[in-house]
Amino acid sequence: MRAAAARAPRGRSLRRLRFVAWVVGRNPPTMLGLGLVAVFLLLAAIGPWIVPDARDAVGAMHLGSKLLPPSWAHWFGTDEMGDDILTRVVLATRTSLWVGLTITGIAIVVGTPLGIAAGYFGGRVRSVIMRATDMFLCVPGLVLALAIVAALGPGILHGVVALAIVWWPGYVRLIEAKALPLRGEPFVDAARTMGSSDLRILLTHILPNCVSPLVVKASMDMGMAILAAASLGFIGLGAKPPAPEWGAMISTARSYMPDSWWYSLFPGLFIFLTVLGFNLLGDGLRDILDPRSARG
Amino acid sequence: MIRFIVRRLGLMLLMLSGLVVITFLVSNVAPSDPAALAAGPDATPDMIATIRHEYGLDRPLPVQFLRYVAGLARGDLGHSIVTGHAVATDLATFLPATLELVLLGMLIAVALGMPLGMWAAVRRDRAVDHVARIFAVSGMALPEFWIGLLLLLVFSGWLGWLPIGGQLSIADAPPAPITGMVLVDALLHGRLALFWAALRHAILPAVVISLPALASVVRVNRAEMIEVLHADYITAARAHGVSRARIVGILALKNAMLPTLAMIGLRFGWMLGSTVLVETVFDWPGIGLYAVNSAVSSDFKPVMGTTLIIGVLFMVANLLVDLAYGLLDPRVREAGE
Repeated sequence: MRAAAARAPRGRSLRRLRFVAWVVGRNPPTMLGLGLVAVFLLLAAIGPWIVPDARDAVGAMHLGSKLLPPSWAHWFGTDEMGDDILTRVVLATRTSLWVGLTITGIAIVVGTPLGIAAGYFGGRVRSVIMRATDMFLCVPGLVLALAIVAALGPGILHGVVALAIVWWPGYVRLIEAKALPLRGEPFVDAARTMGSSDLRILLTHILPNCVSPLVVKASMDMGMAILAAASLGFIGLGAKPPAPEWGAMISTARSYMPDSWWYSLFPGLFIFLTVLGFNLLGDGLRDILDPRSARG
Repeated sequence: MIRFIVRRLGLMLLMLSGLVVITFLVSNVAPSDPAALAAGPDATPDMIATIRHEYGLDRPLPVQFLRYVAGLARGDLGHSIVTGHAVATDLATFLPATLELVLLGMLIAVALGMPLGMWAAVRRDRAVDHVARIFAVSGMALPEFWIGLLLLLVFSGWLGWLPIGGQLSIADAPPAPITGMVLVDALLHGRLALFWAALRHAILPAVVISLPALASVVRVNRAEMIEVLHADYITAARAHGVSRARIVGILALKNAMLPTLAMIGLRFGWMLGSTVLVETVFDWPGIGLYAVNSAVSSDFKPVMGTTLIIGVLFMVANLLVDLAYGLLDPRVREAGE
């Protein structure tokens, strides 16, 4: 009896999983996104063990092999220190994923409770939260982040802090818009009538209904946060050499253009493919999780 | 409508004061000491203390804030350590170049994006549509500074067709400023050769800055067109034998255009943000490059001034979009009231 009861939901979740796999399989862009994200996660995980020479990421110098074009020995060529660009680009994957994850994570942790509170309680709570949010949204994020990093001083940690500060308002907006209409739903009223506390309603009724758009936005934002952090690196306010970071590598590579084209080509390609992967995945997730807003 | 405008203006003032507070806090909670920076590396503690007193940096924070706001009200954004000029003067010098770049980028995004979006919508799920959708997604993922460098590499470095950066070559004297925008001024002076030279400098940065907006225009216009093409009035028009070109190009486009134009208006602010990157790549003498150069040399006042001015322009653009939308769509107006 108990076994049968346990099997039923498992069968359902298996069916659901098969359904998701079927939807994803029918959608080539989503497959591509998933594949790209998987590859970069793998690179971040096993990078140090598969690159030709991991010491190239910590400032090793090979003066005999400066700025060599791509070849069999150096697939992506070498940089001005003679370091293998493939090595540095692969090892920078971990930095970028960590940066993207941290920024998105902080933004979700800060933005979601505020958004839920604004949407659920409405009234004055909502006006205060939303006006404060608007203030951060009234200037393009990158510009405000630039100002914050300029004040804090350059460095990848400061870049992450600055981007997290400009990133959370997006989640407040998103979750507030989702939570606001839920307030008047019969199931919320019913829960309240049965004596549920506000906190319980928020956690068991409102929050679960906001998860789908949250997951979609988080996937997209992973990519956009990585791009923003690389942009700060390019400007010269992010990671400092010799630590490998895609944006900072391109920034250095600028001085060796147009002769050493490979130097800026490959780090940028890695940024593009990572961001593209997360964007396509987010797009596909939206089709699966949140079909009503999939328009366009 | 009046109430709608007043409400929007009120909100904007509120946001503006919020932005002022944010920029003030950012420049004052900074761990680095602006007085020490202004005094230079060889300054003695006494000299730093003098400068701190001179700038009022030894006053309590609320007093400093009031002085800051009073300064802003007079248009005083402080002085730049790097250029040695007043920040307001610098911004006035560099802003036209930025506006020129952003406006040109918007023009490209609309001129290419709308037809492409329409084409993709009409040929839904065919090759064109797939290409347009791939472009719409990848356009958002392209690092602008990287694609800018690659375009420079190909068109300036290898092919030698276009100049390498800046707004004009050193050999070309800029036209006497009327608007401050080189392209416009060259036209107003009737100097076509100079206009052509300036256009050759502007084309790559304008294309790069337009890419994310172009991707959005294609995306939104395609989606809107697809929806509108399924509307009853289109079916009715088709039943009446109205030509396909007229249906797509006039009847459907009219309704699909509104969200697209609103979107491009909102994009204006984001493009101002990406000038920070694009102007750096192309050495374009606008406020983005100014902010970056100042930020890299820890010169706060210009960075905060640029942040404020971009915030104001951003808010004004959003306000104009809101107003236009409210004017064209009564439903929005009512919701706003």
